[in-house]
Amino acid sequence: MTLVNLTPSDEFEFKPGQGDVLLLACGALAREIVDLIERNRWTAFDLQCLPAKWHNTPDKIVPAIREKIREAKGRYKSIFVLYGDCGTGGELDRLLAEEGIERIDGPHCYAFFSGNAEFERHADDDVTSFFLTDYLAKHFDKLIWAGLGLDRHPELLPLYFGNYTKIVFLAQTRDEDLAKKAMAAAARLGLAYEYRFTGYGEVLARLQNHAG
Amino acid sequence: MSDDGELDLNSLNDEELVQQVHDDLYDGLKEEVEAAVHILLGRGWAPYKVLTEALVEGMRIVGVDFRDGILFVPEVLLAANSMKAGMFILRPLLIATGAPRQGKMVIGTVKGDIHDIGKNLVGMMMEGAGFEVIDLGINNPVEKYLGAIEEHKPDILGMSALLTTTMPYMKVVIDTMKEKGMRDDYIVLVGGAPLNEEFAKAVGADAYCRDAAVAVETAKSFMARKHNQMASN
Repeated sequence: MTLVNLTPSDEFEFKPGQGDVLLLACGALAREIVDLIERNRWTAFDLQCLPAKWHNTPDKIVPAIREKIREAKGRYKSIFVLYGDCGTGGELDRLLAEEGIERIDGPHCYAFFSGNAEFERHADDDVTSFFLTDYLAKHFDKLIWAGLGLDRHPELLPLYFGNYTKIVFLAQTRDEDLAKKAMAAAARLGLAYEYRFTGYGEVLARLQNHAG
Repeated sequence: MSDDGELDLNSLNDEELVQQVHDDLYDGLKEEVEAAVHILLGRGWAPYKVLTEALVEGMRIVGVDFRDGILFVPEVLLAANSMKAGMFILRPLLIATGAPRQGKMVIGTVKGDIHDIGKNLVGMMMEGAGFEVIDLGINNPVEKYLGAIEEHKPDILGMSALLTTTMPYMKVVIDTMKEKGMRDDYIVLVGGAPLNEEFAKAVGADAYCRDAAVAVETAKSFMARKHNQMASN
């Protein structure tokens, strides 16, 4: 192995199935979580993710997390959930309260990436904002454009997005290609574009608390 | 069949044509639905009969298949667009012919929320079921709901929210109605993807409606109770 151009994450590779703290997360957060684990060389964590496409069908989230928790209980020292409420209408929190399991605070990843207080501060101005994260910008075509059927029926665009005025790209990394994708998504939806760098927001601090 | 192989709607008898409207609504074929509505009206059908037997029944089938996971949101939206086109033809005729009225509803998406797909579907199906619908649109503060209630004196107030962060606002509206001593004068129905019956009860609504068809049935049932109560007083 050469040490030329080595980045911190090259020095530590996350291997699933080894830690004793299970992180149960939305697949849209997987890359960020693994990056944080590797940068910080945390050995405490194992990670299991559920499909990010459930962003569009949140009723599938709670039953799947229940099943994952039941499978995992007893096999791990603790479980930490990285999901917002994500449109489950409080059902996720009811399940986690029953199971005695903690989750990251916030209604959705836009809030905990931005910082919940900061997100709340913008709330009135953001009523007509449609948010993209790194993951959503990268997978815009599949998850949003095709996911909402706009590839087959572009005439539905005004019905879905007619009330929005802008795309706000909440960027976790400083990646120009992703910013260009987000900008192209805004153009495709006929919306204005705004860039906000958030980094990993509250995800870092909450993982630090559980890293042992 | 016409010469070019397309189905000639005029060649169908009434029963077949109504069945075809159901199929065309299901497939989101707006122009075909519009054409069939014109044909049925041309055959002397009352606008209300076209509305209920062709359009509303067709959308009811769409709603059932959506609930059962056979159809998805894009298909429902296409069907709704087709029904909307049919309603556009029928609306002035319904007013002119004095179609039966079930009641009046004020409906709107709550403050902080701009999602209106479900709310629009409910409004359309309620109208199709004979309710007069006053649609306040999106992002409504409590003052707007109260102003509309005062102005239009509806039987029903409908509130919609898609976001977990905005749905608690329904309680703000209902609590304000209570403070003003007017809560019991209205039927309050709530709906939206993250809601459930428990939430509706907690905020003081009369019922949670999980989809447009349930909203119509719930509204009708509450209106029947209201009429029974008035009759017994």
